[in-house]
Amino acid sequence: MQFSGRRRKVITSPQVELYGQALQFYGQPPLENMSLSEFESFAVDRLKLLKTIENLGVSYVKLSDDYKRKLDNESRNLNFPYRPDAVPDDRKSQVGPSEYEKRRKDHISHFILRLAYCQTEDLRRWFIQQEVDLFRYRFNGLQPKQKVEFLHKNNLQYDTISVEEKKTLQDKLVNSSHNVSGITVEDQDFYKVPFQDALDLVRTRKVYLKAGYVYIPHQDIVAIVLNDFRTRLSKALALTARSLPAVHSDERLQPLLNHLSHAYVGQDYSIQKNVGKISLEQIDSLSVKSFPLCMRQLHQALRDSHHLRHGGRMQYGLFLKGIGLSLEQALQFWRSEFIRGKVDADKFDKAYAYGIRHMFGKEGKRADYTPYSCMKVILSNLPSQGDHHGCPFRHSDPELLKQKLQFYKVSPSGISQILELVKGMHYQLACQKYFELTHSIEEASFSLNHPNQYFIESQRVLGGGKDIKREVGTPQRSQENSAARGSTTDREAAAAANAAKDLPEMTEDLDSFFQDA
Amino acid sequence: MPSSGYDAACLPDLLPLYYRRLFPFAQYHRWLNYGGVQKNYFQNREFSFTLKDDIYVRYQSFSTQTELEKEMLKMNPYKIDVGAIYSHRPNQHNTVKSGTFQALEKELVFDIDMTDYDDVRSCCSAAEICSKCWTLMTIAVHILDRALRDDFGFQHLLWVYSGRRGVHCWVCDEAARKLSVAARSAVAEYLSLVKGGDETVKKVVLTDPLHPFIRESLAVVERYFPQYALHEQEILSRKESVDKVLALVPEDILFLFQCCIYEGNKACSRRYIGRALATAKKGQHFEKEIMLQYCYPRLDVNVSKGVNHLLKSPFSVHPKTGRISVPMDLEELDTFDPLAVPTIRSATVLNARVVCCDAAERRKIRDYKRTSLAKYVKYFDQFLDGLALSWKGELLKKSDLEKDF
Repeated sequence: MQFSGRRRKVITSPQVELYGQALQFYGQPPLENMSLSEFESFAVDRLKLLKTIENLGVSYVKLSDDYKRKLDNESRNLNFPYRPDAVPDDRKSQVGPSEYEKRRKDHISHFILRLAYCQTEDLRRWFIQQEVDLFRYRFNGLQPKQKVEFLHKNNLQYDTISVEEKKTLQDKLVNSSHNVSGITVEDQDFYKVPFQDALDLVRTRKVYLKAGYVYIPHQDIVAIVLNDFRTRLSKALALTARSLPAVHSDERLQPLLNHLSHAYVGQDYSIQKNVGKISLEQIDSLSVKSFPLCMRQLHQALRDSHHLRHGGRMQYGLFLKGIGLSLEQALQFWRSEFIRGKVDADKFDKAYAYGIRHMFGKEGKRADYTPYSCMKVILSNLPSQGDHHGCPFRHSDPELLKQKLQFYKVSPSGISQILELVKGMHYQLACQKYFELTHSIEEASFSLNHPNQYFIESQRVLGGGKDIKREVGTPQRSQENSAARGSTTDREAAAAANAAKDLPEMTEDLDSFFQDA
Repeated sequence: MPSSGYDAACLPDLLPLYYRRLFPFAQYHRWLNYGGVQKNYFQNREFSFTLKDDIYVRYQSFSTQTELEKEMLKMNPYKIDVGAIYSHRPNQHNTVKSGTFQALEKELVFDIDMTDYDDVRSCCSAAEICSKCWTLMTIAVHILDRALRDDFGFQHLLWVYSGRRGVHCWVCDEAARKLSVAARSAVAEYLSLVKGGDETVKKVVLTDPLHPFIRESLAVVERYFPQYALHEQEILSRKESVDKVLALVPEDILFLFQCCIYEGNKACSRRYIGRALATAKKGQHFEKEIMLQYCYPRLDVNVSKGVNHLLKSPFSVHPKTGRISVPMDLEELDTFDPLAVPTIRSATVLNARVVCCDAAERRKIRDYKRTSLAKYVKYFDQFLDGLALSWKGELLKKSDLEKDF
């Protein structure tokens, strides 16, 4: 991309072929000039969209009606394409930007964010995950004919199996997947795809697998497409990373790109502001008063069996680091507990101390690991036999969860409210409700997405409710963790205002947006 | 685990003998070199050693089989782990520019550990094993071997006894070695049916339709279940174990069991189970879920996921038991006895006897050879012969391309 000054260049002729398709693989970068302010606003808007996708993905089942409706709203509010059947140059019948302009914004903003998110493994992983989810939502919205068209235009050639083979495999095909019936087998083509290209289907066992090939009906080709998208994007990001030095040499861009990539994480609780302010004696009482349920459970398990397995040590150990335990305190804490169990001092020093120092960035590649966010606890590293980590609202049997809450003296009505939320898969909201019940407050003033955030908010409430941040100018947040709230006009005004601001002010708004979310 | 008077104190004396006379270096190198099809495959492989006094050294690598032998004889490792093939020689990783030293390939591996079944076995716990619970490993190997071959199309699987309480599987196909982290994790999850930690009571939930993989696995479990669970583990005999089973039964069927089972009358309870099954609603699979929760293999996904994960090497010694990690011949799987696997003591002693006696004596000891390491090395040879067929194809292709006749 070439960057001219602040003058906006008007594109006179509608290039219908360029944005003829509603959906694209982002294979070709944009080749035009644009103003710096448009550059900034496009990037910020896309980031807001991706952040919405991340939040919706935890609170709702992906592609459920609620999910789609909220994402439709957000796309519309941010002027991104959301109706795949609109024709590119249909400007007259719509208020606001045309479909063409929305697709152009989509195209350009994607490439700008690539610049910001290609630099580290974590950033890449996050960006790819949200872009894949966005792609899935959009592909799902296409008509069947448009899907076929998309496949052909993007060179996904897989072989179909013969009618005889279909007949032989009929029972197995039908039994492998909910949406394959005898009729599906008769009517549709089945593709033979190497299993490495259909990992999502293999992982969830939603497909028939034989001799290394999965057999997919035409209607399910989505998973394949998604995988392809993911792979292409991953490779592209690696390439982008290599050309970064050239981009960074443009001083207009570097501050914005840096800020964009830090904004996604918001608070990661890795900067220890309170090192040494917590003493080991306080931990038992703190675990009852201010720890989220997951950490209280881990602490209890540790005290009871004087041991925790690896997953538990990581989740709990990093949390303790986040609340302010120093390395020396951590070593003392774990050591004194493990010694009470089957581990002698020597063995602790040999086998476990290394791991703790590793957590604090003193060993191996010296990465200072950040405490796990709720998303990470809920989604990754499922607990198995003998484990106590994970999110109790997600991973515990509802019956056991109920018993535990009763034991922790939560009121029966509170417990049923929590169980309702768990049933609806709103795990973080359930935890927030637990917070409200145990701290006797009506409504939490924050949106829970990190165990350390729970701790800080708890300390704040118990310490006398100090300054709870409310930004001026951003829409009021209600309890639900949905970024699609706030009136359209508010957003458009804010967006227009943003476009005209200087960079420092814009990045401040970006900060406040993400801290509240 | 009862290991007939094994004491780790013997290791400093016996390990040198083991490495000098018994460790099958030629076969080992033949395996890890993979026919020399890819350059530096053996040289870039990471090994890690645990030495005396628990000293652990990583990033060991060797240029040739001879160098490997020399170093092992010199360092006398108590434990040997095999890791990935890296982009550069692991023992030079410090000289490589940071970020460019990367794990590229490794066999797809699985680790089944008996402690993961502690909640469903009554005969042993933790590191102990016996012939009653070993059946769980037999079931695991049958199920996973079938799935990896029939479903995933892998052909070169090496099953190894870990030396104490479990088994490992090394999938050596080229396609397997090149799998990404995401692919490995997907394979492991496809193979996982038992989910949940201590906080989860019901660890297996089945919904219609039952995937062919589940049907095949159930077929294996059903073959072993009556003898293993009802007879040996006696899951319906004592109140505590019965209660555990009942916790997995849906509430609306539960009443059928209440009165009868607590009497400890097995025949009576089976009759009631039959009636319960008949009453069960369509779509309820509780009897299958119970069998799977008690018998289906439990794998540690984290072991299989990482390309750089280090796993105990075949033919290494297990320092806690003295047993050698031997490859398992699947033809004899059902009669495999982990307690009859050679220990470092029995193997070295036997070898000493064979070496220093005359022909007549040797003939008398021929029977002992059955319990020695020889048969395991022979089986490993057969495995390697099969693997070699795949290299031959590759080497021919390569020489054709280079016009190198």
